[in-house]
Amino acid sequence: MTADYSGTQKLNYLNNGFTLKSWLLTKDHKRIAIMYLITISLFFLAGGIFAATIRLEMLTPASDLLQTGTYNKVFTAHGILMIFFFLIPSIPAVLGNFLLPIMIGAKDLALPRINLLSLYIYWIGGLFTVWALLQGGVDTGWTFYTPYSTTFSNTYVMAVGLGIFINGFSSILTGLNFIVTVHTMRAPGMTWFRLPLFVWAQYATSLVMILGTPVIAITVLLLAIERFAQVGIFDPAIGGDPILFQHMFWFYSHPAVYIMVLPGMGVISELISNFSRKKIFGYEFIAFSSIAIAVFGFLVWGHHMFVSGQSIYAGLVFSFLTMVVAVPSAIKMFNWTATLYKGSISFDTPMLYGLGFMGLFLIGGLTGLFLGAMGLVVHLTDTYFVVAHFHYVMVGGQVVAYLGGIHYWWPKMTGKMYSEFWGKISAMLVFIGFNLTFFPQFILGYLGMPRRYASYPEEMQVLNIFSSAGASVLGVGMIMPLIYLGHSLIYGKPAGDNPWLLPGLEWRTSSPPPTENFEVMPVVTWEAYEFGEDSGLDLEAARAREAAKV
Amino acid sequence: MNIPRYLGVFAVLVVGTILTYYAATVDLDFIFPGANTLVALLIAFTKMTCVMLFFMHVYWSPRLIWLSAVASFFWLAIMFAYTMQDYLTRDIGVFMQ
Repeated sequence: MTADYSGTQKLNYLNNGFTLKSWLLTKDHKRIAIMYLITISLFFLAGGIFAATIRLEMLTPASDLLQTGTYNKVFTAHGILMIFFFLIPSIPAVLGNFLLPIMIGAKDLALPRINLLSLYIYWIGGLFTVWALLQGGVDTGWTFYTPYSTTFSNTYVMAVGLGIFINGFSSILTGLNFIVTVHTMRAPGMTWFRLPLFVWAQYATSLVMILGTPVIAITVLLLAIERFAQVGIFDPAIGGDPILFQHMFWFYSHPAVYIMVLPGMGVISELISNFSRKKIFGYEFIAFSSIAIAVFGFLVWGHHMFVSGQSIYAGLVFSFLTMVVAVPSAIKMFNWTATLYKGSISFDTPMLYGLGFMGLFLIGGLTGLFLGAMGLVVHLTDTYFVVAHFHYVMVGGQVVAYLGGIHYWWPKMTGKMYSEFWGKISAMLVFIGFNLTFFPQFILGYLGMPRRYASYPEEMQVLNIFSSAGASVLGVGMIMPLIYLGHSLIYGKPAGDNPWLLPGLEWRTSSPPPTENFEVMPVVTWEAYEFGEDSGLDLEAARAREAAKV
Repeated sequence: MNIPRYLGVFAVLVVGTILTYYAATVDLDFIFPGANTLVALLIAFTKMTCVMLFFMHVYWSPRLIWLSAVASFFWLAIMFAYTMQDYLTRDIGVFMQ
């Protein structure tokens, strides 16, 4: 809580009402973001427990901890919770919700009631899914492939499907809200090309959300129609085609990868530029590469289906387009690297996460090209190589970016500084633990170890032990922020309004921000990532900080 | 838009529904195989356009809303086109072998 010179408490979004009702019926985007943060963290914890169970089972070649059927349910629950209830909503719903209006100089999102509705829909979808998982779970894998989810299903497929169906509307409404907000609520002077790249990334993500999410909802609906009304859609016995399910599923779920990673890229653009104290290299290229990823991301879904029975000609087209979609991601990587060049780099905790992202996403992205090559993928499909690849993108990319973003904006969100020492330790543990967990899986996959089996040949045990050991290091690295960030809420030093001395609009309001975000509507007269005289920054303080670093 | 016009659009939707039912009872395969499906889709498309333009007020909306509406159809077309490229070439075999 901040105080003015007279000693009275300044009103901010946290102390503006303490009742449960003031939280549950709030229309303040910042409070809604905090409620998302708490819920998403719980889902992350639950998904993490399932991950730990998987790695424990994989310590030994035999399926001794879990029965094979239970193992199927455990990895399915891990995938569903992590993807639909953590990765997809995490950065947009938490960081996007909290920061997007502030970064463009708005009082709130354009549709505050819709924003609260999104949260409630997310809660209802989440509770429904958790209920279904507790009732008996699902054993289809998070992809719900037919005929596992139709002809041969004997688990709670439709109940979990309904939970995901409901949750999809939360994504759509959040995306819609962000798009309307960016179009209509920008402060005077905040032109499109002065928008922070985090906002561009959120905008591109929102496009994918509203264009793609309805398709997964329709797919789940068709699944229900086939199961309950016996209309032949996916089941060949009654005139359907199981590969049609994969087309429809991946039409959403491949772009969903970009729903997960694009916001992370937005966070990284902020971290790399701001902690290098240098204007970002190729602003327009990074902005448009986000849009290009959003568009091209819709054209490559068939690379998940190379060995499904899909036409080889369709495979050729999807393979080519997969190589094309790597270009805008590469543009971002090159531009971030060029931004670092001759920058005044600070190795604060958020930047450690930012640099970690660059290394891990590079490996994740490049191994994606292996899996986009039609010949090689025949050997690698459904092996641990695929598991390692998408964890490098999802965890090494998105989760690391999310953690970086949480650390970066924590002082703004709470008004308190956390322990830099423990922050750095945690960031390094995450990086080391992650690589120890997932790099051996590339080798295991190349050697032919299939995914989704509870047992494996004995000669693969050593690498699996490395992987499980790494998972425990990663787990410690992930749990540590819960402790020291929680500790900072009570014992942390006051952060001040601009602890990192940065020019963005969010650093020009108090920490934590007032309910209306700004006491006076800001007028933007400077370019994005402007560290010079024109930015209105306290340059003397910035120089003192530089000197202290030296 | 006044109420009589809304009722007019509603009437078009009802007629479309009746036509869909009627078309389903007639075997149109003599025109070409699958003609029934095409007719049903055409009627559905017409009804959907009416709903979008008038009930959802797109007709009176700014160009940005038009762009959004057209974009959603473009995306639908992408999904159909790329899915059909699989179905239409699946039986050709590998390099015509």
